[in-house]
Amino acid sequence: MSLDAATVRRIADLARIAVTDQEVARLQGELNGILAWIEQLNEVATEGVEPLTGAVRMRLRLREDMVTEGDQHEAILANAPDRADNAMGSFFAVPKVVE
Amino acid sequence: MGYVIEGRTGPWEIVCGLEVHAQVISKSKLFSGAATAFGAAPNTQVSFVDAAFPGMLPVPNRECIAQAIRTGLGLNAQINLWSRFDRKNYFYADLPAGYQISQYQHPIVGRGEITIELADGRTRRIGITRLHLEQDAGKSLHDQHPTKSYIDLNRAGVALMEIVSEPDIRSPEEAGAYLTKLRQILRYLGTCDGNMEEGSLRADVNVSVRRPGEGYRTRCEVKNVNSIRFVMQAVEAEARRQVEVWESGGEVAQETRLFDPARGVTRPMRSKEHAHDYRYFPDPDLLPLELDAAWVEELRRTLPELPDAKAERFQREYGLSAYDARVLVAERATADFFEAVARGRDPKLAANWVMGDLFAALNRTGRTIETSPVSAEALGRLLDLIADETISGRIAKQVFEDMVETGADPAAIVDAKGLRQVKDTGAIEAAVAQVLAANADKVAEYKAGKEKLFGFFVGQVMKAMGGKGNPALVNEVLKRALG
Repeated sequence: MSLDAATVRRIADLARIAVTDQEVARLQGELNGILAWIEQLNEVATEGVEPLTGAVRMRLRLREDMVTEGDQHEAILANAPDRADNAMGSFFAVPKVVE
Repeated sequence: MGYVIEGRTGPWEIVCGLEVHAQVISKSKLFSGAATAFGAAPNTQVSFVDAAFPGMLPVPNRECIAQAIRTGLGLNAQINLWSRFDRKNYFYADLPAGYQISQYQHPIVGRGEITIELADGRTRRIGITRLHLEQDAGKSLHDQHPTKSYIDLNRAGVALMEIVSEPDIRSPEEAGAYLTKLRQILRYLGTCDGNMEEGSLRADVNVSVRRPGEGYRTRCEVKNVNSIRFVMQAVEAEARRQVEVWESGGEVAQETRLFDPARGVTRPMRSKEHAHDYRYFPDPDLLPLELDAAWVEELRRTLPELPDAKAERFQREYGLSAYDARVLVAERATADFFEAVARGRDPKLAANWVMGDLFAALNRTGRTIETSPVSAEALGRLLDLIADETISGRIAKQVFEDMVETGADPAAIVDAKGLRQVKDTGAIEAAVAQVLAANADKVAEYKAGKEKLFGFFVGQVMKAMGGKGNPALVNEVLKRALG
């Protein structure tokens, strides 16, 4: 499997990462190198082997339905690049996004 | 032949399926201990998991899992003892992690079905494809600032059930009946409150049209329709639009649209270039969800009686008609109210009073069955007064109106207003004699064979007695007097 330049641009776009033309060429080489490396796994015989679903032999632990957290909006908003406070309370503020 | 749209070039059939997002009733979120209550101040019900702070790990809420299983059981669906959480990747300002934890290839609930009832009394089965658990996103407010959107993460991470139907729906009415029935089942189960105004229940409608007998044609998805009436209107509007496209030689393009209730039309959503490239993969923070069969069985045993079973029992146990039973089970609270009135009394009389006078009073006063001005116990005592002949059915209606207004006990009203039925034969005979004397001409007509005048005499005697005469005795005395 090999990625062309258009696919690299598309992946960058989906990841919201801006890339220049020079970077596309470099990333194409790097990503193809990673894919080739991963593709070596295809050489392993996996016939009849259950897919691995985790690295530990544990069952998923569940939590009881209790409210254990809240009323910490200052801590939640502490790293916000921008915030807004009004009569309703405190919000994250982001560049306008409307469908 | 079912519902068709008559186009210029012949009939078209509608093919429709619904995807419903139902907010799970739980105290805390799907993967965190933050509260789910509606209407709290913004960002006060947010954990570090919900806000996607680095290093925070999701831990599933047992009750949310149980609610999904209950819902699956209520939809007669297969419960998958092995399911898995996946990441659905996309960027949006109200999705802090950049992915939604959802279930893609391995949902917790598989195939099921529900039976819908149509206005003409027919029933149809609509298949359920699957139900899976996922996180809700936060809420964006776009109207607070000219260049900024405000984000509230209180809803982020609340558990949702996405319930997908088969494309079995064939008319706007069936779409409405499906959503009505699904909402009813969820409310009976107590797994979703079904409040469409607050967004606890939201529907995406998939619609295509075809010539009868054809395979499927291209479908469009109408997003986020937020009432049962709008779902019906959206199905109709979208189907008519597609018929027009096909008939004018065009081709329907697969796309996402929005329903505009004010204009009654659908319009395309601004298309995102890379929509639907979600790059799902298993969430490495979560192990597969493995359920104990014994737990599922325990949940099955403790399910409440569901609307279909209750309607069937109301017909069998109380001798109600299918229609009356269906009306009474529409809401669990109404069914409980009816049973409290009917217990130990004439069930048909109880049904008539609940569906007649009580429903009318609730409509008039803008109350619901939960806030009814007349309790089930009080209505029951009123029916007891009819049964033991303390008052007639006609007087009971008057007493009932008084109960609605004052909330007083029926027996107290009867005593205070002197409405007790007159069973004293002497008093009735006196009233009868007076009426017959005042209407000698009519008595002559009656005796000449105009027997339908009997009703007139009954009315006159009742009027003379202020409505308090015992109807059976009045009839009896009149018959004798008219001999």
